[in-house]
Amino acid sequence: MKNLVVIGAGMASGRLLEHLFEAAPGAWQVILFNAEPRGNYNRLMLSPVLSGEKTYQQIVTHDADWYAAHGVDCRFGEPVVRIDRANRTVYSSAGGAPYDALVIATGSAPFIIPVPGSDLPGVVTYRDLEDTNAMIEAGIAGKDAVVIGGGLLGLEAAAGMAARGARVTVVHLMGHLMERQLDPAAGYLLQRDLERRGIKVHCKGATKAILGHGRAEAVLLEDGTVHPADLVCMAVGIRPEVRLANDAHLEVERGIVVDDALRTSDPQIFALGECVEHRDQVFGLVAPLYDQAKVLARTLLGEAAAFRPVQTATKLKVTGCDLFSAGDFAEAEGREDIVFRDPGRGIYKRLVLENDRIIGVVMYGDTADGNWFYGLMKDETDVSGMRDTLIFGPAFQGGTKLDPMAAVAALPPEAEICGCNGVCKGTIVAAVQGGATTLDAVRACTKASGSCGTCTGLVEQVMKLTLGDGFVAPASGGMCKCTDHSHEDVRRLIRSMGLKSIPAVMQELGWKSVGGCHSCRPALNYYLLAEWPLEYQDDRQSRFVNERNHANIQKDGTYSVVPRMWGGVTTPAELRAIADAAEKYAVPMVKVTGGQRIDLLGVRKQDLPQIWADLNAAGLVSGHAYSKGLRTVKTCVGSEFCRFGTQDSTGLGILLEKLLWGSWTPHKVKLGVSGCPRNCAEATCKDVGVVCVDSGYQISVAGAAGMEVKETEPLAATPSEDEAVEIVTAFVQLYRENARYLDRPYKWVAKVGLDWVKAQVADLPTRRALVERFEISQSVYRRDPWAEHSTTAATPRWAPLADLTLEAAE
Amino acid sequence: MTVFVDIGALDDIPRQGARVIRTGQGCVAVFRTLDDRVFALDDRCPHKGGPLSEGMVHGDRVTCPLHNWVFDMNSGAAQGADEGAVRTWPVRVEQGRVLISAELVTRSHAA
Ligand SMILES: Cc1cc2nc3c(=O)[nH]c(=O)nc-3n(C[C@H](O)[C@H](O)[C@H](O)COP(=O)(O)OP(=O)(O)OC[C@H]3O[C@@H](n4cnc5c(N)ncnc54)[C@H](O)[C@@H]3O)c2cc1C
Ligand code: SF4
Ligand code: FES
Repeated sequence: MKNLVVIGAGMASGRLLEHLFEAAPGAWQVILFNAEPRGNYNRLMLSPVLSGEKTYQQIVTHDADWYAAHGVDCRFGEPVVRIDRANRTVYSSAGGAPYDALVIATGSAPFIIPVPGSDLPGVVTYRDLEDTNAMIEAGIAGKDAVVIGGGLLGLEAAAGMAARGARVTVVHLMGHLMERQLDPAAGYLLQRDLERRGIKVHCKGATKAILGHGRAEAVLLEDGTVHPADLVCMAVGIRPEVRLANDAHLEVERGIVVDDALRTSDPQIFALGECVEHRDQVFGLVAPLYDQAKVLARTLLGEAAAFRPVQTATKLKVTGCDLFSAGDFAEAEGREDIVFRDPGRGIYKRLVLENDRIIGVVMYGDTADGNWFYGLMKDETDVSGMRDTLIFGPAFQGGTKLDPMAAVAALPPEAEICGCNGVCKGTIVAAVQGGATTLDAVRACTKASGSCGTCTGLVEQVMKLTLGDGFVAPASGGMCKCTDHSHEDVRRLIRSMGLKSIPAVMQELGWKSVGGCHSCRPALNYYLLAEWPLEYQDDRQSRFVNERNHANIQKDGTYSVVPRMWGGVTTPAELRAIADAAEKYAVPMVKVTGGQRIDLLGVRKQDLPQIWADLNAAGLVSGHAYSKGLRTVKTCVGSEFCRFGTQDSTGLGILLEKLLWGSWTPHKVKLGVSGCPRNCAEATCKDVGVVCVDSGYQISVAGAAGMEVKETEPLAATPSEDEAVEIVTAFVQLYRENARYLDRPYKWVAKVGLDWVKAQVADLPTRRALVERFEISQSVYRRDPWAEHSTTAATPRWAPLADLTLEAAE
Repeated sequence: MTVFVDIGALDDIPRQGARVIRTGQGCVAVFRTLDDRVFALDDRCPHKGGPLSEGMVHGDRVTCPLHNWVFDMNSGAAQGADEGAVRTWPVRVEQGRVLISAELVTRSHAA
């Protein structure tokens, strides 16, 4: 079998290999080099990863199994350093690989403006997973970030960091944002939308230097402005990565020059993707690269095929900024504009016409007709007959207004639905008729909506048209029936749009119900209080009964009351107070719980305030036996009494409980602290377990002993008790900030990956920032709810409003 | 014609919450919606007797706190796949006071 060596495991080569293995499995033995230490992932989706909406695992397109199944010899983390054309061999630092054919798919490299300070730590580019992680790991929440460059990429970086809670400023050289796609009016609308969500925009800003001692601290502009910056992201442009081709003396202009068959000046060497130049054109979007992949696969199989670039359209993947742009907007002789503005609604549309054909489309605010215009543009349709109403879109052609479904129905089978992958309506219809009835299935067999994802809605509409009532919208998406936004979306938008009340969330995010439901309201209440601990007013009516009544509801409508026993330790006086209370309120059962507390079961609702008052008087506070919050810290006796104990596990348990109690969390949280590996406190099946050992403290997390039984996984080990406490606190805060409501830590860790969690907690600045945010929240929420509600003013609420049995007796 | 009795001030009931009134044959829950409408339903879920007064009120619906059955407070009918209904009682608000059907008193007499 002949050897095909591929340099670069990016989006273009990923697609190439797919076509190749599909058309002729086994035709080539493939060796794949990649500078990144991993295979192919959907680079377009880095922004959702940056904003926290997706995880890396969710954007992987080709995993190790896929490569293995196709016999690809993968050399990840091994950049190729030299191509020896004479001997048909490529070399990486680890050695050589001979080829019969070679494909260069090295993409492009981000451009760094060489101002003083641009090499300081804290200055990043935005290209790959490392860059994305660098931004995430910088722990930018509450800090300042400056993005240099107000183009597509820069704005996505800005929105992503803002979603992570950073104060972001975009510095842009030109007079308005995205000047290559937008005119000043549309740029203004975009700027206004970004500013509304807290992103500052500085246009006409030329960067002079990045200031800082040993690390970026600020960005200085030519006009003297200084923007503070804990992190600077340069997103000013890219240039084709052509160094290997240059060194190998291939023909290179701006990119590696290729012909229609994607052949370079050496007939054994091919190139595709962002690194190439074809008929004086270079490429920066995936759609043409995917076309190149198709053509090159055929070339490699000895078939004739020719690459013809088509116009591509751009969308900005920033939630809430609806922007569509395609074609050419340059001023030129013989070109005319049709412009529509509705400043009140923030809508702007512009068509550029030449010879009665559309050659450019920009839409802002309402992009529903984008694909229709784009279709007219690509087909070079003569639009002179509809000029008067053209700008109003397909709905107004022919007089009657169409609903969106009818508009999709009216599209011809050749109409393009997914721009990234060039998938037309007919292909989707055929896939659906062939049995692909879910979005995932359609994605799997057509690739439609699989790249940037902005066409998902359209694809769903086509599916609905084809399937009729048989179409079920994907259930995984929305939080509940009241919204299509996912939990992650909602959290992100609460943060980026600065939403601070449940009505604000429902209004701004278009809730479909009046007042939500029993599943979204508690989640929203939690997200808001976790995000804005100092500003948000807790909404009692959006809490489940247990949290509203600060006791556990039982099957007969009575409650159970569980005083807190720090680390499971109590005193004779406390026991006496509990016994007295049990007798006084005729508690039917007194029981020791699995978490080392005493449970008073069967208390009537109207007695709750009094029993709390009595227990409070003896120094006992709420055990939060009911809350999505810290429940118990189970301990063993440790070094204080046990002959095996290596550390004071009881003391540490009490310390942790006193620190963590009262904080609200996405679900209940239980801790265990054992004094030695005999683990009498069963710490290894808790949400957080600490096992004390001779050398210090082993902290493990994500255990469970309920519906699922799961051993904890190691998070960190440390000799110092202070550090152990800090790590546990940081973990809890990370969980509070990131998990979906009602996901226990083990579920959440499974989603985001333990490695990520470890990295966050291990990084000292990130850890400290987490602890700091936890403490801020605790300054508000570490309160005993019993004390608040056992006052005489509050008690009437717990009794019936009226007693008609008495009335009857009168 | 329904005769009404005064059971208390509207403000005694929290918005999106409820208070109960005791009668000779079990409690009745009086709900107040976000937009200040009131509804009165028997405080016993037909599923397993959960106290509806402790449920979450959303729009003109309430979710039982025990197993999440949802009831339309206008009709008392269970929503979705669940079947069953809770008895509803005429109730209204006049000048900030909540008035409820006097039949409830009769019900108490019968007890
Ligand atoms: C954050 C972000 C958002 C984007 N959003 C969109 C969008 O919405 N729509 C759109 O159409 N496009 C978007 N793009 C652009 C799109 O991702 C690129 O056009 C596409 O990834 C280019 O594919 P490629 O295969 O040519 O290069 P890449 O995907 O960049 O892959 C090249 C690979 O080659 C490796 N490599 C380089 N040199 C060597 C060497 N010497 N040896 C071994 N390996 C090497 C690199 O490490 C890299 O992994 C976005 C890009 C980014 C960064
Ligand atoms: S875990 Fe170790 S220290 Fe704690 S009680 Fe058991 S044996 Fe003793
Ligand atoms: S008791 Fe109401 S849902 Fe079960």
